[in-house]
Amino acid sequence: MAVKVLIPPPLRPHAGGQAAAEFAAKNVEEALGQLTSEFAGLKRHLFTEEGRLRSFVNVYVNGEDIRYLAQEKTPTKDGDTINIIPSIAGGAPENGAKGSRAARVGMTDQAV
Amino acid sequence: MATKVQTPAGTKAAEGLTNEEILRYSRHLIMPEVGMEGQLKLKNAKVLLVGTGGLGAPLGLYLAAAGVGKLGLVDFDVVDFTNLQRQVTFGSSDVGKPKSEAARARLSNLNPDIQVQAFETKLTSENALELFKDFDIIVDGTDNFPTRYLVNDACVLLGKPNVYGSIFRFEGQVTIFGMPGGPCYRCLYPEPPPPGLVPSCAEGGVLGVLPGIVGSIQAMETIKLVLGSGRNLTGRLLLFDALEMGFREFKLRKNPKCPMCGEHRTIDKLIDYYEFCGVRGEEAPAPDLKVPEMTPRELKARLDRGEDLFILDVREPHEYQICNLRGHLIPLGELPRRVHELDSSREIVAHCRSGKRSAEAVDFLRKAGFRKIVNLKGGILAWSDEVDASVPKY
Repeated sequence: MAVKVLIPPPLRPHAGGQAAAEFAAKNVEEALGQLTSEFAGLKRHLFTEEGRLRSFVNVYVNGEDIRYLAQEKTPTKDGDTINIIPSIAGGAPENGAKGSRAARVGMTDQAV
Repeated sequence: MATKVQTPAGTKAAEGLTNEEILRYSRHLIMPEVGMEGQLKLKNAKVLLVGTGGLGAPLGLYLAAAGVGKLGLVDFDVVDFTNLQRQVTFGSSDVGKPKSEAARARLSNLNPDIQVQAFETKLTSENALELFKDFDIIVDGTDNFPTRYLVNDACVLLGKPNVYGSIFRFEGQVTIFGMPGGPCYRCLYPEPPPPGLVPSCAEGGVLGVLPGIVGSIQAMETIKLVLGSGRNLTGRLLLFDALEMGFREFKLRKNPKCPMCGEHRTIDKLIDYYEFCGVRGEEAPAPDLKVPEMTPRELKARLDRGEDLFILDVREPHEYQICNLRGHLIPLGELPRRVHELDSSREIVAHCRSGKRSAEAVDFLRKAGFRKIVNLKGGILAWSDEVDASVPKY
């Protein structure tokens, strides 16, 4: 048993395509720390240079937002699930080069 | 045509619905949860759809079919062939037409008893409040962060519910923002991602059915709001995973410190959302990397002369299968560890689909000491336009 971290589709390319990973961790910080040391490419997507969780990435433990628990010190135990939920903007993704390209930055789902 | 139903004096049940409407909505009317009262609520409802694309398609179709009395459609885009894979409001004959007008025609045909208004315009900070004010519910089916923050802020300022849905490849998010006491989009995500943090752009695409499912949930929530029935998604973020085929639910709380809907609001008018979302500086790569380029025509001429050019394709393997220029394939993400496959003494032309990823590859390789590498300007798209139309565009 361990803590399960579910990786959202936009971040999977930075996690070797994996949808989930499991770690022995006693809080969110430890779990995400292990996740980003295993997949270094994930780090800058989850944390700022100062090491703070990015404001467009929400983290939930068993469905509860850690911002309303103990932030990254939120304790975890075996069998818990951590969800990482980044903001996504897609709705009517376009493949063409029209519209404002700059507007679709971030985790939109268009090919460029 | 529009004859009022004859009802015995004293019963007002059928007031406002014609016989044709009663027949059309009979499967609603026989449900106690909707009934005549609910159907009249739908008839009097005014719903604005922002975006008539992937999410807007099921939204428009179902809300029109359900008898929502007034539907507004905001879209500045034009239907193209790549839309038809998922934007089921449109047919092949609509390609080239403005989306808002094509959707209006389709929905009016589906239900001539309702009023459908097309707004062929981009939603902006200047027109949002004016557009929203005549509607009860705003449904966000857009595809970009600036518009999402704009829709949110305008809804909060006007006190209107915002039925939110968004999708990424095979996952979707749905909730309702802007309800009294409920959270807004900024409570969930105070800031948009900085431009630099784009996932591999080859990760694009969306399963055509996904917006159908997510947009249908938005339509269902919109109808429930109109009817005032059931438990709506306020305060809950519904996450749908099409590959796993499952839903997860996350609790959303109103952030007391939210700059938009919190106790001490610091934003009291609409702002410049492109600036808010775009110019955030943080580790953003230059949007247009300046690297040496070669045009498709020049490449073609040099290849025809038999010159020794090494073509490097930095797209993904599944894109290579769609079409290729018989180049050596190294996906951009694998380039750092596969540099040894390249010979820096040879002249290299790097390309991708549009020229953006390959510009990054050229920039990377030049920094790694490659001197004779150039970018194919405009990528495969330009090659197809300028050299060989038999190469498909995607």
